[in-house]
Amino acid sequence: MLKFLDKIRHDKIPFVALIVLIFMYLLILFADFFAVYPANYSNRKLAYQPPSNLYVITPENKFAFPYTYNFEKSFNENTLSIEYKQIRDKKYKIKFFSNGYEYKLFGLFKTNLHLISKPDDCNLFLLGTDINGHDVYSRLFFGGRISLTIGFLALLISFPIGALYGGISGYIGGRVDKILMRIAEAIMSVPSFYLLIILASILPSNMSSIQRFALITAILAFIGWAGFSRVIRGMVLSLKNQEYVKAIETIGASRRRIILKHILPQTSSYIVIAITLSVPSYILAESGLSFLGLGIQLPDASWGNMLREAQEFANIIYRPWLLMPGFLIFIAVLSFNVLGDKIRDILDPKTLK
Amino acid sequence: MSIWVYIIRRFLGAIPILFMVSLISFFLIRLSPVDPLAQMKLNPAISTETIEKEKIRLGLDKPVIVQYFIWAKNFISGNMGYCTDNTKVSTKIKGRILNTLLLSFAVIFASWLIAIPLGILAAVYYNSFFDRFLTLISSIGMAIPSFFFAILMLLFAQHTGWFPVGGLTSINFSEMNFVHKVLDILWHLFLPVFVLTTISLSSLMRQMRANLLDILSAEYIKFAYAKGLTKSKIILKHALRNAINPIITLLGFEFAGLLSGAALTEYVFQYPGLGKLILEAVMQSDINLVMASLMIGAIMLISGNLIADILLKLTDPRVRI
Repeated sequence: MLKFLDKIRHDKIPFVALIVLIFMYLLILFADFFAVYPANYSNRKLAYQPPSNLYVITPENKFAFPYTYNFEKSFNENTLSIEYKQIRDKKYKIKFFSNGYEYKLFGLFKTNLHLISKPDDCNLFLLGTDINGHDVYSRLFFGGRISLTIGFLALLISFPIGALYGGISGYIGGRVDKILMRIAEAIMSVPSFYLLIILASILPSNMSSIQRFALITAILAFIGWAGFSRVIRGMVLSLKNQEYVKAIETIGASRRRIILKHILPQTSSYIVIAITLSVPSYILAESGLSFLGLGIQLPDASWGNMLREAQEFANIIYRPWLLMPGFLIFIAVLSFNVLGDKIRDILDPKTLK
Repeated sequence: MSIWVYIIRRFLGAIPILFMVSLISFFLIRLSPVDPLAQMKLNPAISTETIEKEKIRLGLDKPVIVQYFIWAKNFISGNMGYCTDNTKVSTKIKGRILNTLLLSFAVIFASWLIAIPLGILAAVYYNSFFDRFLTLISSIGMAIPSFFFAILMLLFAQHTGWFPVGGLTSINFSEMNFVHKVLDILWHLFLPVFVLTTISLSSLMRQMRANLLDILSAEYIKFAYAKGLTKSKIILKHALRNAINPIITLLGFEFAGLLSGAALTEYVFQYPGLGKLILEAVMQSDINLVMASLMIGAIMLISGNLIADILLKLTDPRVRI
């Protein structure tokens, strides 16, 4: 493992990607500490407030402790729209490492310490609010919790299933192999996104958010295992004719033991490569699903469903701060891709030149 | 074995797969607690007679297994039933298939046209600045979510006014003459094609680069150098032909990926394709339409793979079938 990290460290770009990912996961691990408002905070009176800018230079050109202004909401009768205007009468100093709402760190330790907390009577929204008056900045952390973990959880389900399925199919062979592979091919023959939205749409609507999260994970896993199992099957087909397998067979080991203990471990380096390279596609699938409103539902946040607001044309033109989650998805996926490529280069001896 | 026997065999092989697909999707959809006729009953434009007819056609009073066979029989004979808005599923789907094929072929054409030369250049100038730059660009292309990229492009279209914001035709499309119609469609196609091409370009370019790099280190290439052939001749005449074969295999995958990937892009651009249709069908729980578009999607995917295999056979004499 240390050797592994050492190899990554020598290549600048994958190393940066690794750091970015560690940073992102730390942010979502301590989401409550970084957030200004609790996950479900919503103030419908303050829908679509623009981001509160932080100022460090006063109008008199002096450095100051970061401060911000409040917005005044008014209705413009000419354009029939709600407008926000900064009131520059009163400065609000931002509070760092101060007390905000109470939360439980890791679900255990009660605390109310926050990196940034809002000054009294100040509507501090660092990245503005959405239609429900949710604080976009805080929800980026809570949304990241879902978007960045759902892919891993789905992989934890789909890869063991795919490996076992492919292992059984390849090792036993014959008619079993034919039937199992036809089923896998049938699943691969449906355009995966079509299958994804259909599965998501048959979920009942009255589920708790945890149930929904679990089922979306299961659906993502269901889409992914088939293609993976075919590759494993191909590898097993060539492995099972090797002499060491013949030797174990002669000793009289059971099929289960041979597949689980002797054949599948041989495919492990491929499995590691495939896992790192497929995390991004799971993240993208979840965000796409939630973007359509079929994945994670409000009031829970995920980067995909936060982008749902960008479907409205007026929003992307007048309220560009709502596009923020898209950039985060992009950065996360990019980092996973770069890191995955590097891990493949390290583990796959064929690519070493 | 002649190529025709192979094609026929593959066709026959596709039948059990399609059977499985239909079984899986039929039971998945029936698992949902949605009444297949609920939306139809809500639509006052649909007469009770039509609903009764649908009930008999779908065999809703019979057990699920029997329903499946009734559905299968109808599907094979081309009768896909009615949508919730009282139009025939088959007429609705026909236009969408063409649009999706148009989009997919345009994307495949554009991405091959760009990816192959770029991949070659990257391999020839291996590890140069140009190569690194292309690697960077392709990583970006692979990482950006299609729908987000589409939204950014819409924003771009809105700000510059150079491109239409969605749809496939202008409002006054029916009044145009033929040349204008073609130009109008191309104009509307540009942004969706651009988004999807950028995304599918990356993997294609990487594959091309990797293949060519592999082949450039082969013995026969060294021999060609030793013989004194020019570099361009070696690459274009000897290396390229062997490097391009794996890309043709990718064609099938690319087509499959396009069918899926295009759904979100179609949705954002309001492009009237199959992906958007199935999304609408799912949202309105229009069971007939969902089932039909799923099957059509599967058929398209399988034919895409078949075409790729046949092309591979035609270009590479080493492939045995």
